[in-house]
Amino acid sequence: MMDQTVASPADIAGSLRHIRADFPILSQKVHGKDLVFLDSAASAQKPRQVIDAMADTMRTQYANIHRGLYWMSERTTEAYEAVRDQVAAFLGAGAREEIVFTRNSTEAINLVAHSFGSLLKPGQVVLVSEMEHHANLVPWQMLRDRTGIELRVTPITDDGALDMDALARNLSDGRVALVAITHMSNVLGTITDARAIADMAHAAGAKVLFDGSQLAVHRRVDVRALDADFYVVTGHKLYGPTGIGVLWARREILEAMPPFLGGGDMISTVSFERSTWASVPHKFEAGTPAIIETIGLGAALAYIESIGFDAIGAHEEALTAHALKALGNVSGLKVIGTAPDRGGVISFTMDDVHPHDIATLLDRNGIAVRAGHHCAEPLMRRLGVSATARASFGIYTTPEEIDFLAATLEQIRGFFV
Amino acid sequence: MAQDDLYRTVVLERARAPRYSGPLAGAQMRGEGSNPLCGDRVRLQASVDAQGRVAALRHETRGCAICAASADLMAERVTGQDRARISQLHADLATAVETGMAPEGLDELSAFAPLHRHRSRIRCAMLPWSALVEMLNDDKDR
Ligand SMILES: Cc1ncc(COP(=O)(O)O)c(C=O)c1O
Repeated sequence: MMDQTVASPADIAGSLRHIRADFPILSQKVHGKDLVFLDSAASAQKPRQVIDAMADTMRTQYANIHRGLYWMSERTTEAYEAVRDQVAAFLGAGAREEIVFTRNSTEAINLVAHSFGSLLKPGQVVLVSEMEHHANLVPWQMLRDRTGIELRVTPITDDGALDMDALARNLSDGRVALVAITHMSNVLGTITDARAIADMAHAAGAKVLFDGSQLAVHRRVDVRALDADFYVVTGHKLYGPTGIGVLWARREILEAMPPFLGGGDMISTVSFERSTWASVPHKFEAGTPAIIETIGLGAALAYIESIGFDAIGAHEEALTAHALKALGNVSGLKVIGTAPDRGGVISFTMDDVHPHDIATLLDRNGIAVRAGHHCAEPLMRRLGVSATARASFGIYTTPEEIDFLAATLEQIRGFFV
Repeated sequence: MAQDDLYRTVVLERARAPRYSGPLAGAQMRGEGSNPLCGDRVRLQASVDAQGRVAALRHETRGCAICAASADLMAERVTGQDRARISQLHADLATAVETGMAPEGLDELSAFAPLHRHRSRIRCAMLPWSALVEMLNDDKDR
């Protein structure tokens, strides 16, 4: 095929073998069975490129950054700051200064809630959706309780899509200062129409934050094309290490925001009377950062880019379609979330079999899925379930693994019904 | 798939068709235990005889098979037992799920011993027992 951007199923099957070989953990056994890892939405596994980059840093090139006047520190600073450029390119940011390193998505959203939130006045509104992860709900509740802003919730439709009419109504009084909505649901797999949401928010005079924790793993993000104001991602879902996440925000917004945490690295001058702040993004990066993890994230992004989102997207689209079909054939199984645009995160129930029993019995067969409320209790209530089981896919997931999941589920059901 | 030693027939049967579920007429005590992490909830009603032994116990369980079966087997097992014996059974069950080895006298309750390899599920089996012990202790304090 001439067009290099479209991968055929055969290409993908071939490259899948190579990809899987990059992930040492995939050859582990669980309860004596081959590991079938279907919980990448909670946290993805790590390729050797990431593992090696982190270990090599500690072995050969490690010192604290931004302060040492010696060779090792300068090299480590360069390696760390190079990841900022990589992340900027990965997200389509306008400038490297717009990339703030945080611990994870949760911390990135808390940073916005504290800092941008402190600029909001009582009576102004932060608007979230019914399908938010607790990470994009609780910080806003805390802000509301601190400052007297209003927290408004936009419902979802029965198929699990964002209710755009309700969003329009919720924006209509002109009091909304910030729309904070997931770009992809970690429960329903729903992908929201971020550009449309941004346009509606901006027309109503609001800023918009997207929780890209799930989406950035599966599709290319271009924060400028989305016309976003804030965008957050978390490294450990992107095949990178834990302890490193990213807040992207427009430079002028970051500049107007007060610092979040105080300490070393985030200051310009300090006296006992007062301090002045470093310029962005350092104003928001107090203390010694996660140097090794940041370098690991850089390796993860390079790894993702080496595969490319065209191939990743084609693989996951095929996999998701295959999974919806295979799981749909399991007796009594009900997929929760059938929005038209969706990714490789599939929640389900199976008759009255409790999701925890499903997860334990799958685990006995080496299959790792998540079961519970997925850090989205209000959404569970909306869906009328107390818990679901969830299978989620990564770049290393194979159709055979999904077939094995479906067959094992059918057997589990036989136990109970 | 190999028949799982955790989901033995007794566990599945009791989860599907509990023998001690529902409200208890003339209950003297009521207790409840819940696990906010997974939403499991056990409600207990009991009556005691003049010697302080559990005369009858019923449970209403919303939860997984492990929790439901544990509540039902517990109700069967503690009927006619006094507080001291119930505490001993509770402790023996805790030992079994922690170590995978069932102390003597645990009998059917040893079905839960394989939980030691599924540590995240131990609390499912223990929830009815902690609710029971709490209920009995509350009653003693009164
Ligand atoms: C949609 C969504 N938002 C936020 C988070 C929080 O990510 P982290 O725990 O890395 O901060 C998650 C991860 O579970 C998620 O799926």
